Amino acid sequence: MKNNTILCIAAFLIALSGLLISADVNATDMEKAIEQEKALREGKVKESYGIPKFFVSPPVFSEGMFPCSQCHAGMEPNPERRELMFHTEIAEGFDHAEEQRWCLDCHNPDNRDKLRLVSGKLISFEESYDLCGQCHGTIFRDWKAGIHGKRDGMWNGKKKYRLCVHCHYPHWPKFQGFKPLPPPENPRDIRYRKLSQDETPLNPLGDNQDYEIPLSKEKK
Amino acid sequence: MNRKGIDKEERSKLLSRRNVLKGTAFGLASLAIPFGTADASVWEAFFQKHFQEMNEDEKKRVVQRLEDEYAKKFGAKFNIKTTKAEPGVLFGYGLDLSRCIGCRRCVYACVRENNQSRDPQIHWITVLRFKKGEKWVNDLEEAEKYYNPDKVPEEGYFYMPVQCQQCGSPPCVKVCPTQATWKEPDGIVVVDYNWCIGCRYCMAACPYGARRFNWGRPNIQKKEINQETHYLGNRPRYTGVVEKCTFCIQRVRENPGKYPACVEICPVGARKFGNLLDPNSEIRYIIKHKRVFRLKEDLNTKPQFYYFFGS
Amino acid sequence: MVIMIKNLIIALKLIAKGSRGYYIWLAVLGVFIFIGATSYIQQLRTGLIETAMRDQVSWGFYIANFTFLVGVAAAAVLLVIPAYLYHFKPIKEIVLFGELIAVTAVSMCLMFIIADMGRPERAWHIFPPPFGKMHFPASLLAWDFIVLNGYLGINLFIAFYAMYKVSHGKEYNMKLLLPMILLSIPWAVSIHTVTAFLYNGLSARPFWNASILAPRFLASAFVSGPALMLILFQIIRKISKLEIEDRAVFKIAELMAFAMAINLFLLLAEVFKEFYSGSVHMAPMKYLYFGLHGHTGLVAFMWIALLFNITAFIVLLVPKTRENYFTLNLACVFLIIGVYIEKGAGLVFPGFIPGTLGEIYEYIPTALEMNVTLGIWATGALIYTVLAKIAIPIDTGELRFVSKEMPKPVHPVR
Repeated sequence: MKNNTILCIAAFLIALSGLLISADVNATDMEKAIEQEKALREGKVKESYGIPKFFVSPPVFSEGMFPCSQCHAGMEPNPERRELMFHTEIAEGFDHAEEQRWCLDCHNPDNRDKLRLVSGKLISFEESYDLCGQCHGTIFRDWKAGIHGKRDGMWNGKKKYRLCVHCHYPHWPKFQGFKPLPPPENPRDIRYRKLSQDETPLNPLGDNQDYEIPLSKEKK
Repeated sequence: MNRKGIDKEERSKLLSRRNVLKGTAFGLASLAIPFGTADASVWEAFFQKHFQEMNEDEKKRVVQRLEDEYAKKFGAKFNIKTTKAEPGVLFGYGLDLSRCIGCRRCVYACVRENNQSRDPQIHWITVLRFKKGEKWVNDLEEAEKYYNPDKVPEEGYFYMPVQCQQCGSPPCVKVCPTQATWKEPDGIVVVDYNWCIGCRYCMAACPYGARRFNWGRPNIQKKEINQETHYLGNRPRYTGVVEKCTFCIQRVRENPGKYPACVEICPVGARKFGNLLDPNSEIRYIIKHKRVFRLKEDLNTKPQFYYFFGS
Repeated sequence: MVIMIKNLIIALKLIAKGSRGYYIWLAVLGVFIFIGATSYIQQLRTGLIETAMRDQVSWGFYIANFTFLVGVAAAAVLLVIPAYLYHFKPIKEIVLFGELIAVTAVSMCLMFIIADMGRPERAWHIFPPPFGKMHFPASLLAWDFIVLNGYLGINLFIAFYAMYKVSHGKEYNMKLLLPMILLSIPWAVSIHTVTAFLYNGLSARPFWNASILAPRFLASAFVSGPALMLILFQIIRKISKLEIEDRAVFKIAELMAFAMAINLFLLLAEVFKEFYSGSVHMAPMKYLYFGLHGHTGLVAFMWIALLFNITAFIVLLVPKTRENYFTLNLACVFLIIGVYIEKGAGLVFPGFIPGTLGEIYEYIPTALEMNVTLGIWATGALIYTVLAKIAIPIDTGELRFVSKEMPKPVHPVR
């Protein structure tokens, strides 16, 4: 009878050892993963992220606004903080370090079609990132590397960048928010329904292939 | 027939895989395959090999058959790619939790790109909402998935989208009894929809709730079908099989390849994607410069999906 | 060949003949099987969307029944161990009927798995190469496939070999039978262990990912299986000439009490660990016994199960109530219900509640799922009825088949 008991135990042990082998098979997967992780962390690279090359076209000005020199050409520049007669909605909604800043800190007083850096260098509206980057250095760095902000195109090829002002209206840059798309169906409501082709629900995203959030110039 | 008369070759032929299978499978299959459509292609579909076992010719034939099948079903010309993983590429994903506003644009861009069933509804991406200051990263019980305010982001909340994390050691792959799901060399965990038996063991094993099952027959309106597909990715699926995020394998496995649809749509640029083995990639920049974490790291699944805080 | 067909006819005639009660029983089973089959065909046509399972709770009632039945399938072992290792004579005579329960239970297990599959026609993909692409040894489901089918094979062999020899008036060859019987003991342990490991190995589901799962599985299996068996034995004893000694029944009942004691102790250990430490992983346990965020679907069932299990345990522990057929049978029914809840729904559902992303979807099976389940149980009952219908007269010596040495058929008495 003792033999039988031993037999039972032996059979059980064989079964168990099989399980351990199965754990081992998985270990090769894991080793691979660890190796990849190591390679990933050890890589020493010299980083140089320049200004990206490919932009989508800059957001358009409100109709009749640009070039600014249309109106400003004959005006005497006035750096004083004051009640504006024109651009009143900007003045009212102004929410961008407004205590420290006024129009001509960014807009060039002599040629209004240009922006002006602290250094005195004039830049076009298409290069406004240099202006923003003066204060927002770390975000500027992230943006150049493609980490801050929306960017699309090819992951291993040409990428399309957006300017800061694509998403942030410069006079009140805080992201404005909008309606989310519908929540998923509750599992309780997912049932068998005999729907025809035309009755099948459409994607709430619609045909909008290159979805851009409209820049909200209206302050809420 | 005289048994001894059968020579060795003939006997081995008789016992060949197809014959033995046909015998046993006929009975079973007759249950599930409607008689009206029982033409040759149905049998070819039934005996279709595992994707990894097919040679190039067999792949071509299968793709042809599937394209015909889909053409009949949707009245559209499909392109089913079987592009292989490129050496030196290991895909990684980054998601900026300080940016995400929970707008669910990614959810529906994914649905459109990847031909998910509209009814019954299948979403590969789940966006969770958390109250600021409450439990979140290890205890997801406070998460809200069905939020629907007029405007996001909401005051006092933050959002965390979850999808397949393309684990380095994926528990779903380990448990699959038929090897119908596996990890590709570029790190994408894929499913062969023609090999999956629908046991859903992988769904029980996935710690991220990332796998979806076709509980009913998937339905999509013809005009919304995406005809550019990959065999292991967004080609139309069947009732009773499991599917999941593939980092848009049909888009990214190209040179140059587009970003996944969710990355492309994200209005706030919270989603980042790139090659983990390329030191200049966006994802490597994130790992180097930001504080990253991976969901449920305690389970040792080694996701290739990094959450980070952009600021 | 001719003899085989003759014998088959004898067996078929035997199955076809019976009392009125027998026919009513078959008719009732037939109705349930029909309902189950129609429901299953419906499920095949429209998909598993007909069930209440969803991505949040991806396994449900089918797998719960499967799990319970894996436990029942062990019943045979409990009989085999004392019968063959310790030569406990009274049990030895009824071992055959235990084996038949195992055969039936495993067949039902396989039916439940098939019912749960999204693509049952692709089941052959699980075969090892060159047919399929079995993921062995990594996938515990591949293991389960092997051990369940192996267990079915072993028990079929033992039962049919013994029946074949006895029905031909021959003595069976113990040199052939004993190794098989001995093999069946660790094998039975393996079907539980593997099935428990199947859940146990998933780190994603903390409720299952506790090492106490496998031992609890075994302990409860040693309760529910024999409980079912005791009731069946009494029925067999009542409606046939087969004699089953009281001593055997009481011995099994005593073993059940020990198993239940271990089961309750392990439950206590689990409850203590979860509630005292009070970590995140307490949630499923809390859902089971107290409800979670207002979801209390299983609470009543779990307390009933606990109450039944404890009551039955006390009844079986006290010799006086154990050896009283009324209280004994009551205890058996309690145990079957108790373990059915605990090892079925109580084990499978909370693995998914709350889900991996914290969502709570309270799963309540649909009518179709119930129908299919009932159909499979009826099929199991039919299988056992037919098997017992042949096995009983063989065991009592009423049925002897014709063989070459004995050309004149001896007709069965009934």
